[in-house]
Amino acid sequence: MRLAALLPAAGPQRYNFAFLDEGAKREVRRALLKAVALPGHQVAFASPELPIARGWGTGGLQVTMSLIGPDDVLKIIDQGSDASVNAVSLRKLLVATTGVRTTYDSREATLLQSRHRLPEIPMTDGQIAVLQVPLPEPLRIVEPSEVETRRMHAEGDYARMWVSLYEDIVENGAISVATGYPCRVNGHYIMSPSPIPRWDMRMLDNARQLTLLGAGREKRVYAVPPYTRVEPLEFDDVRFQVESFEGLRCTRCGSVGTYLDEIYDEQTGEETHICSDSGFCDLVRGGQIPPKGSRDG
Amino acid sequence: MGYVAVQGGIEAIESSQKLNRYLRLKGEEIPIAVRQIMEQMGPLVDRVISEGSLYSPFHAALALKQASGDPLEASFLLRAYRSTLRRLVDSLPVRAEGMRIARRISSAFKTIPGGQVLGPTSDYEQRILDFSLAEETAETQRAYVGEFEKVLGTHAEPLDPGRFQKVVQMLRDQGLVPPVVDAGGREPTDITQESATFPMDRSGRLQMLARAETGGVLALAYSSMRGYGTVHPTIAELRVGRVNISIPHPWREGTTITLGSIEITEVEIMASVQRGGEEDAPTFSLGYGACFGHNEIKAISMAVLDRAMMSERPGAPSEDMEFVLLHTDGIEASGFCSHFKLPHYVTFQSDLDRLRALRGGKE
Repeated sequence: MRLAALLPAAGPQRYNFAFLDEGAKREVRRALLKAVALPGHQVAFASPELPIARGWGTGGLQVTMSLIGPDDVLKIIDQGSDASVNAVSLRKLLVATTGVRTTYDSREATLLQSRHRLPEIPMTDGQIAVLQVPLPEPLRIVEPSEVETRRMHAEGDYARMWVSLYEDIVENGAISVATGYPCRVNGHYIMSPSPIPRWDMRMLDNARQLTLLGAGREKRVYAVPPYTRVEPLEFDDVRFQVESFEGLRCTRCGSVGTYLDEIYDEQTGEETHICSDSGFCDLVRGGQIPPKGSRDG
Repeated sequence: MGYVAVQGGIEAIESSQKLNRYLRLKGEEIPIAVRQIMEQMGPLVDRVISEGSLYSPFHAALALKQASGDPLEASFLLRAYRSTLRRLVDSLPVRAEGMRIARRISSAFKTIPGGQVLGPTSDYEQRILDFSLAEETAETQRAYVGEFEKVLGTHAEPLDPGRFQKVVQMLRDQGLVPPVVDAGGREPTDITQESATFPMDRSGRLQMLARAETGGVLALAYSSMRGYGTVHPTIAELRVGRVNISIPHPWREGTTITLGSIEITEVEIMASVQRGGEEDAPTFSLGYGACFGHNEIKAISMAVLDRAMMSERPGAPSEDMEFVLLHTDGIEASGFCSHFKLPHYVTFQSDLDRLRALRGGKE
């Protein structure tokens, strides 16, 4: 492809295709290649400032910007929703600087950037999931120093991590880690899967998509290549548990067994539940797929 | 239903942005000019070029206008703009010996070679609100400037940069401060091109401090001065002025091209006595700070932290380079702080699940 094809059409557009200059994109891609080669290992990168605030998805955004091409179909979600404030803002920036087609249907997306959720419909070969990461270091809860955590990863010195989970059980009766549950990747590095719910961990294990994780403020990228083992840390006698939505269903699309948001009616205060994955819920409502948990689902 | 509220988000965001702009403009005054900010809010502009890490007073003033004067927001705008600019060439190291001095003081000696040059400072002003400023007009402005420039005209001799030897150099000649360490041709770290790894070398540390948030470095430096640490500085020299920025000539080897000049503040402090090795005679230890623009509080705080981070036995927070450098960048800290306003519906749902599980269904 000629370089000119990557540049935006003439007009008021003053920035490069996908905002970052090509040199900066190449630097991110080099870091990503290393990340793919070492599943779960955090690779440092320069992480220049973007017009989006640090902590608002700049890591994911740089990964997306460095990979996106004119033929990509983009989906951006925030906490499951396509229309959430920050998803809107990130989508606006990417569309303004690339002109790519966007979708709410996760099956159509070639690139899917998300904050803290993976879609209910498992992703597949050729798709790339980009997860925004606030705190990439899973060991930070036991060790504040970066020098020390890097040493611990290098030496596979994870004893304190295991002890902290054990102590959690002793003190609280169960592991209290809710999201960003630490996991072992490819039997080697311990990784933070980003603050996805525990529910979504199975979407990472031996998944068909490539998952790339970007932490902009902390300047790290890491990856889970397709068909890679991702195992949540658990004990033989205390197993990993996902969130329980037993006896609940989405009041909007009728699905059973999706990750639900608990909401309270503005007038009556009544508690109901709806799918966190708005794209999935809309597909069911539109009759394009059957509700999950139904006989045909 | 929740979804209606969420879908309405797009419209709400756009309306919110319009409201912001409306609030900036709804008063009866004419819009503030970018040049007015540049000319009359120097310290604020300087703070933004320093924290935004782009030496462009015009863009900083524009950012301040856009941010309605919020320095964190303006620095962020500038930093984001900076990352869209091409890096053409690395300039040559600047030597502050050649600075065209606007201000230069030492608190170590009463008199110093070249002399103390007070320059512009509010240090000795009594902080009494000047109500006459509320009545300032173009006429009073012209009258004052005209009068001042008449006096200035009689002392128009520019100060010869060669006149100002570094105070630290005097002490160095006597062996009282450590010699300059030759970097051995090593290229300095470039924190805009690679991410911070620790331990970080001094060039990287000073770069991170140079674009750190003024309040952040002040707080940590103050902690060291006050009790959580031991750096009680004596200011060997503080200088403010313009230095030339030069690059190597693209083809004429051995010659350089001067692109222009920038204003910087540079501070060298002396702190506690140290020994290089068992056999060495003790010397004062040094700390160094330099930042874009005129910002003395920042440069002094930088120098204190530079010294604190070289502590032989780090104990206090200001002596831990990870602690200092990873928590003083205003753009990163404010971004992360404000991200807590984003929806956390999914993660909080998961937190609820854990709490309910730990309570063992005791509702």
